[in-house]
Amino acid sequence: MAIPTDPILFDLDEAAALESAEAAGLSRGRLVLRRFLRRRLSVAGLAVLVFLFVLAFLGPYLSKWDYRSHDFNAFLEPPSWSHWFGTSQIGEDVYAQTLRGLQKSLIIGLLAALFSTGLAAVVGASAGYYGGWVERVLMWVVDLLLVLPGFLILAILSPTFRGRTWLLFVILLAGFSWMITARVVRGLSISLREREFVQAARFMGVPSWQIILRHLLPNMSSLLIIDATINVGGAILAETGLSYFGFGVQPPDVSLGTLIADGTRSALTFPWLFLFAGGLLITAVLAVSVVGDGLRDAFDPNAASPRGRL
Amino acid sequence: MARFLLRRLLNYAVLVALATTLGYFLAGTTLHPRSNYEGRNPPLSAASINRQLDDLNLNDHTPIAKRFGRWLGGVVHGDFGKTVTGDSVTAEMGRRIGVSLRLLVIGSFLGGLLGVGVGVLGAVRQYHFSDHASAVLSFVILSTPVFLVAVLLKLAALNLNQLTGVQLLDYTGEYTPGLSGGGAHLVLDRVRHLILPTLSIVLGQIAFYSRYQRNAMLDVLGSDFLRTAQAKGLRRNHALIKHGLRTALIPMATFFAYNFGLLVTGATFTEKIFGWHGMGEWFVDSVTTNDVNAVVTVTLFVAVLVLIAGMLSDLAYAALDPRVRIR
Amino acid sequence: MSEVLAVSELTVSFPSEAGPVRAVRGMSYSVSSGEVLGIVGESGSGKSVSALAVMGLLPRTARVGGSVRFHGRELLGLGDRELSAVRGKGISMVFQDPLSALTPVYTVGDQIAEAVSIHTDVSKNEAARRAVELLELVGIPEPAIRARAFPHEFSGGMRQRVMIAMAMANDPDVIIADEPTTALDVTIQAQILEVLGTAQEATGAAIVMITHDLGVVAGFADRVMVMYAGRPVEAGGVDDLFYRPRMPYTLGLLGSLPRLDATEREPLTPLEGSPPSLVGLPSGCPFVPRCPMRIDVCSDTEPPLAPTADPRHTAACHRRTEIEARELGPADIFPAPLVGAAAVARLPRESRQPVLEVRDLERHYPLMKGVVFRRQVGTVRAVDGVSFDIREGETLGLVGESGCGKTTTIVQILTLARPTAGTVVVLGRDSARLDRGERRALRRNLSVVFQDPLASLDPRLPVGDILSEGLRTHGVPKQRRNRRVGELLRLVGLGPEHASRYPQDFSGGQRQRIAIARALALEPRLVVLDEPVSALDVSIRAGVINLLEELRARLGLAYLFVAHDLSVVRHIADRVAVMYLGRIIESGAVSAVFDTPAHPYTEALLSAIPIPDPRRERARRRVLLEGDLPSPFDIPSGCRFRARCPRYAALPGGLGARCREEEPVRLPQGADHDAACHYPPAPAAI
Repeated sequence: MAIPTDPILFDLDEAAALESAEAAGLSRGRLVLRRFLRRRLSVAGLAVLVFLFVLAFLGPYLSKWDYRSHDFNAFLEPPSWSHWFGTSQIGEDVYAQTLRGLQKSLIIGLLAALFSTGLAAVVGASAGYYGGWVERVLMWVVDLLLVLPGFLILAILSPTFRGRTWLLFVILLAGFSWMITARVVRGLSISLREREFVQAARFMGVPSWQIILRHLLPNMSSLLIIDATINVGGAILAETGLSYFGFGVQPPDVSLGTLIADGTRSALTFPWLFLFAGGLLITAVLAVSVVGDGLRDAFDPNAASPRGRL
Repeated sequence: MARFLLRRLLNYAVLVALATTLGYFLAGTTLHPRSNYEGRNPPLSAASINRQLDDLNLNDHTPIAKRFGRWLGGVVHGDFGKTVTGDSVTAEMGRRIGVSLRLLVIGSFLGGLLGVGVGVLGAVRQYHFSDHASAVLSFVILSTPVFLVAVLLKLAALNLNQLTGVQLLDYTGEYTPGLSGGGAHLVLDRVRHLILPTLSIVLGQIAFYSRYQRNAMLDVLGSDFLRTAQAKGLRRNHALIKHGLRTALIPMATFFAYNFGLLVTGATFTEKIFGWHGMGEWFVDSVTTNDVNAVVTVTLFVAVLVLIAGMLSDLAYAALDPRVRIR
Repeated sequence: MSEVLAVSELTVSFPSEAGPVRAVRGMSYSVSSGEVLGIVGESGSGKSVSALAVMGLLPRTARVGGSVRFHGRELLGLGDRELSAVRGKGISMVFQDPLSALTPVYTVGDQIAEAVSIHTDVSKNEAARRAVELLELVGIPEPAIRARAFPHEFSGGMRQRVMIAMAMANDPDVIIADEPTTALDVTIQAQILEVLGTAQEATGAAIVMITHDLGVVAGFADRVMVMYAGRPVEAGGVDDLFYRPRMPYTLGLLGSLPRLDATEREPLTPLEGSPPSLVGLPSGCPFVPRCPMRIDVCSDTEPPLAPTADPRHTAACHRRTEIEARELGPADIFPAPLVGAAAVARLPRESRQPVLEVRDLERHYPLMKGVVFRRQVGTVRAVDGVSFDIREGETLGLVGESGCGKTTTIVQILTLARPTAGTVVVLGRDSARLDRGERRALRRNLSVVFQDPLASLDPRLPVGDILSEGLRTHGVPKQRRNRRVGELLRLVGLGPEHASRYPQDFSGGQRQRIAIARALALEPRLVVLDEPVSALDVSIRAGVINLLEELRARLGLAYLFVAHDLSVVRHIADRVAVMYLGRIIESGAVSAVFDTPAHPYTEALLSAIPIPDPRRERARRRVLLEGDLPSPFDIPSGCRFRARCPRYAALPGGLGARCREEEPVRLPQGADHDAACHYPPAPAAI
C-alpha cells in the first residue's frame, strides 16, 4: 500500500514529489516500478495472473484426461484422485475441461483487450488531434455504438459465429468495448494538442500522423496500459456472460462461461460442476483488476478515470 | 435551456432510430425463423411455411427492407408486430416492461445511494480498515459476473431456508402463483421474491459507485477550496461534507450514464436466473427462438433506456454544477 | 503595538519516496498588530509550508516541530476543535489561486456568509447582509447582485477580492497572504495590494505577506525575511535589506532583477545553478554551490542567522561582517557577462531588412458557452487589427495583460496560415500566398520558445530527439543531426553528454535552455519568445535573459518577445508595442515609450509595476485602473480603453464625446513613437 498521505493537503504535489525523487536519482520507470512493488496486493495479483497462465497452458499435461475424452466409468463423480475436479454427466473430466476453458477465456480476454485499446487509441487520438469533421464523424460513430446495446447486438450476431473461428467473436467483442476509452483518449488528445511541445512540433512542420505517433500516444501510454489491463477483465466477463447464454464461445470449444452455464443447471446438487470454473473466473478477473489498479496508482497516484465495462 | 434539451433529445432520437434500424437488419439477417418450422413431423409444405411466415412478417424470402418497412409502419401506430407464436409483441411488452423497470429503478437508486455512502466513508477514512475492507469487497464483487452472483445467492438462500426450516427467501419468479390471502400477505410475498434478485443487481452497483465516489472524493480532498473552508474555521468533517461531498458528487452524474448499460446487461442475467418474466429474459428466449420482432423491440427498449439515462445524467450534471448552466 | 503571533524554531518535514523532505528547517519570526512582514523566497523555499503550519492545515503526515504562539497561546498540538476556533477568527488566510480556493458550487455570497456565521451567532439574513457589506468594502461593484454569482463568473482579481473579504470577515488579528497576487496581472495586482491595505486598516491586523516578488515587498512590507532551502537566510527592516543586503543570496536576487527604473542596459548578475533539493541536504550552507564567496567553512557548517552591525538586521552567512565592512554590492560578488551587439544591429533601422511585417491582423472566433449544452453566444475579437514590423537583429517587446490577444497574435504568425483578415509577411513572403512546400521552407526561419519549459518539452523523448525533431522533419541527414545536437547543447551552455537524458532530469533553467536550443536548431532568422522567463524562479531568470542576449548578438537573431513583465521587456527589447483588447495602442523605441508614455494605459501599466526599491516605491504615485479588462467579445464603442481611462474620466464636458464615438488611430508622438489616444499629453510634457 502506498504511503498514507492525508488528503486534506496542499500536497507536495505529484510533480514536486517526482522531481525530488528524480533529484535523488530515480528514473520515472524505476519510480513506477517501485510504487507498484510497494502495493503488495497488486504484486500478489500479478503473481496469481502468471500462475493462472501457467496453469492454463501447462496444467493439462499433468492430467491423463483430455478435455474431449469421456470416462465411461465415472458419471457425475465428485472430485477424487483420478478426476481431480470430478466428472460431468457424460463422464468428461472437469479438471481438463476447466483448464481448457480457462485457456480460452484468458486468450479471448487478452486479445479482445488489445484490440479494443488499440482501436480506442487510434480513433480517440485522431478525433482529438484533427478535430473538425474527422472528430465529428468519429465521435458520432462512438455515440451510436454507445447507444447500441453491445451485449444485445453480440447476442443477435451469435448465430453467425456458430461453426466459425472464435477469433471473429474476439473481434466483435472488442468492436463493442472500445468507445468509452476512445472518449477518454480523445479528451486527453485535445488537451495534449494544446500542450506546448505539440505546438512546437507543429510549428516546426512535423506532419500530423508523426505528432500523433511520437508525441500524443507515448504521452498517454500509462492510460493505455492501465486501460488494456482492465479491459482484459472486462472482456473475460463479457465473454463468459455471452457464453453463459450460449451466445459466445460455441461447442465443441469450451470457455469458463459455457462450463458455468452447464454446471449451474445442477448447481444445487453437484456444485463441483461449476465451482472450480467459477472460482477460477473470479480469481482471474480479480487478479487483472488488482493489477490494473496497482498500475494506475503507480503511474499516476492522483488519477481517477471514468471507466465502464461492457 | 429547454431548447438545448430539445435539441439533445432530437439528436438522441436519431441515434435510437439508427440503433433500431441496425438492430432490425442484423436480427433479420442472422436469425432464422424458418428453421422453427423445418424438420417438423409431419413436415409442413413450403407454401404453408411461407404463408405462416408472411403472416408474422418474418419471411426471409421477402426482402429485408420490405419487412422492415412493414414493421416500422406498425411501430408508428404502436404495433410492434407479432412473436413467433403469433401473439402481439406490444401486449407481451406491456406485461414485461414493469417487471424490468422495477428491477432497474430500485437497482440504480439503492445502488447509487449506498455506493456513494460507502465511497465517501472509504475516502474519509482512507487506509483505515473499513476502507481496505470495502475496497477488497468491491473488487471481488466487480470481478464476479452477475450470473455467478445470482447462482451463489440462490445457493445461499437455499442453505438459509434449510437452516431455518422456513421458506424465508424465494428465488423463483416474482411472486408465488395462485397465492391467496390478504393484501399484506401478497405484498410480503412480492418482497420475499424481490430481495435476492435486487441484491444480485445492487451489490454490483454499490461496488461500482463506491469505487468512483471514493476516487472523486479523494480528488476533492486534496483541493484548495477544502483548505479554504478549513481556514475559515470550519471543522474538518463539516468541511468534508458541506464542501467536499457536494463537489465530489458532480462526476457521479457522468458515471451514471456510463454505468447504466452495465446495469441493463446485469438485469438480463438476473431475470433469466430468477425466472422473472422481464424484458431481458424475453430477449434471451427470443434469440433462441429466432423471434426477430421481439428481439428488435427489446433492442429499441434498451436503446431508449440508455438514452433516458444519458438525459438524466446531463440534467443531474447541470443541476449539480453551476459551471455548466447557462444563465 | 503588541506582539500577536510568534513563531519560533518551526520545522516541517514530509515523508517522500526518496526520503524525508525537510521543507522548513528552523524558522522564527514574530509580528505585531498593524505590522507587515514580508517573507520572500523561491518555490520550494518553505515559505508557503510554514504558513500552513501556522494555520495547522498541513497534512497529518507532516511532522511539525517548534512553537507557534498566538497571543501567547501555543497552537501546535491543538486539536481540530480548538484550532477551528482560531482559524478564520484570530488568524485568517488569503490563498494564491482564488479560482481553486473557492468552492465552485456555492455562490460567493454564501461562502463569505459562511465565514461570518461559523464564528458569530447570527441569523442567516444577517450573515448574508454582512457578506454584501464585505464585498462592498473590497471594491466589488453592485455587491448585492454579485453576491449571488458563482466563483467561475468572477474574474481572477474579483475572486481574490472575495478571498480577502472572507479573510477579514471576523476582524482577525493576523492575515496571512500566500502569494496573493501571483496569478494576477500587474494592474490587478496593484488593485489587490490596495485592497489588502484597506483590509489592514479596517481590521488593524498584522499581515504576513508571502511572495517571490521582491518588488511587491519593497512597497508593502515593514520588515522582510528571505528564505532559502527551508530556512531564513536574512531578515531585517525593509530598507536595511534592500539597501544593505548581507547574504550573497539576497545580493544575487537583487542584482538579477531587471529594473523598470534602469536607465541604461546593464547586464544582469546571473545566479548560476538552482535551489537544492530538500531531500538529503548535505551539511553546510545550502547556498554553497551557487555562492561565489564560498570558503571552506561554508561546506562544513551551516551559518546561523546572526546579527549584523544592526542587531535587528540578521544574516546567515559566515562572511557577513566582511560583506558589511567592504560594502559589497551584487556586481562585486557576481561577475556579470559582457554582451555585445550583432553587426547587423549596429546599422540604422531603416537600412535593415524587415523579417516580419504584420498588417491589420485580425483573428475572430465564435464564443461558445456551456459544457453540456453548447451554443454560440457571440464573436470573440481576440486580435482586432494589429500592425507591427520587426527588422533584422532587432527585438520587439509585445506587452499587455492576459486576455489582450498577445498569444493569439503569435499563434497566427506561427501557423503561417491565412488570417481572418490582414496580412502576415515573413521575410518578404505573404503567408496567405504560400503553397505547402514554401510554407515548410519558411518554417525553418521562424521558431518559438514557450513560457513553461516543462510543458514545451515532450517528457517521453530524450533531449537529443527533441532537438533533432525539426532537423529530421526538414530532411537533415542523421550524422549531421547528431553533430548539430552537440553544437546546440554547447551553444546554450549545456554539454553534448546531456543529449541522452530526459527533460525531467533537468532544472527549470536548464529546460528553458533546451527549449531555446530547439528553437535555434534550424538556424532561424526570427525567434518568437512567448514569456520565456515568467515560469522560471526569480534567481534563474537572469541567466536565461543573459543567454538570450548573448545568442542575439552572436547569431544576429531578431526576437519577438512577448511578455507581461515590463521590467524584462525594458531590459531586453529595442522597441516595444503595448496591446490592449486586441489592438496595439502604443509602440515605439523602448526609451521613448517607457520614459514618456503617451497612452494612459501604458502609463497605468508602468506605474503598476513594483520596483524593488523601498524608498522609490513608497514615493510613487500609482495610476490605479478601474475594474477589469473588458471581454474581447464585448468591446466598447469608440476608444476601447475608455471605460477604465483615468484621462477620459477627467476630461471636461464636451471633449469625451470623441472618445465615445471615434476609435483613435495610432499617431506619431515623436521619433519612433506612436500612440492611439485622442488626447495625448501635450508635447511640452514630453
